[in-house]
Amino acid sequence: MKPALLVAAGGFAGAVCRHAVALALPGGFPWGTLAANVAGSFALGVVIYETRLVGHLGREARLVVATGFLSSFTTYSTFAVQTASLSPTLAAANVGANYALGFAAVLAGRSVVRSLAGRSAETEGPE
Amino acid sequence: MNAFVLVGVGGVLGALSRYAVGLWLPGERWDTLVVNVLGSVALGVLTVGFADGAALLALFGTGFCGAFTTFSSFAVETVLLFEDGERRLAAGNAVVNLVGALVGVTVGGWAAALLG
Repeated sequence: MKPALLVAAGGFAGAVCRHAVALALPGGFPWGTLAANVAGSFALGVVIYETRLVGHLGREARLVVATGFLSSFTTYSTFAVQTASLSPTLAAANVGANYALGFAAVLAGRSVVRSLAGRSAETEGPE
Repeated sequence: MNAFVLVGVGGVLGALSRYAVGLWLPGERWDTLVVNVLGSVALGVLTVGFADGAALLALFGTGFCGAFTTFSSFAVETVLLFEDGERRLAAGNAVVNLVGALVGVTVGGWAAALLG
């Protein structure tokens, strides 16, 4: 399939899911963006480290899942606009939460891939 | 039109535009910064200039700008820089994306207020 079609399909689904998450979570604080950014960072961590350490995911899968869905599901502009609209204390909390949890989620994704890769290496033996 | 459809269509356009920027810009390090800052300027314009246009905000704000800019790639790229021993670059990337996006939102809002 053409790369643009894969990115477009993923982009549609990612944006719609982000909107759904934002509607489902309570207002007052941008919980929806935080949830999408953290969950998406974890999933992209899994995809990127899988590509680096294992390599079973094909290019088409990465285009639809990573470039399309996850990059569209997570967002920086909405995070920035929401941060700018909050009181200084809540703005700092929002930045701290997105950054700390986002980076931690990437590392958690890395751990998942490493443990699965290690386990499959044990069962398959050295190549 | 249903807000989800508008958001989805905007998401398609945003994701394709981001993909195009990635293809045009050599070097993987700065394409995320470029889309994040540009998209923040655009969202700043939209939120101030079209505050009461719900359909427009769904299509171009939540949809396009939301999908054009990305947090997951930013987070992964920052962690990879740190892993590769580029700790200053990692910290710089984290700060420059934030400052660039916040300045972008502010400048976009000012521009919309001036022109509106």
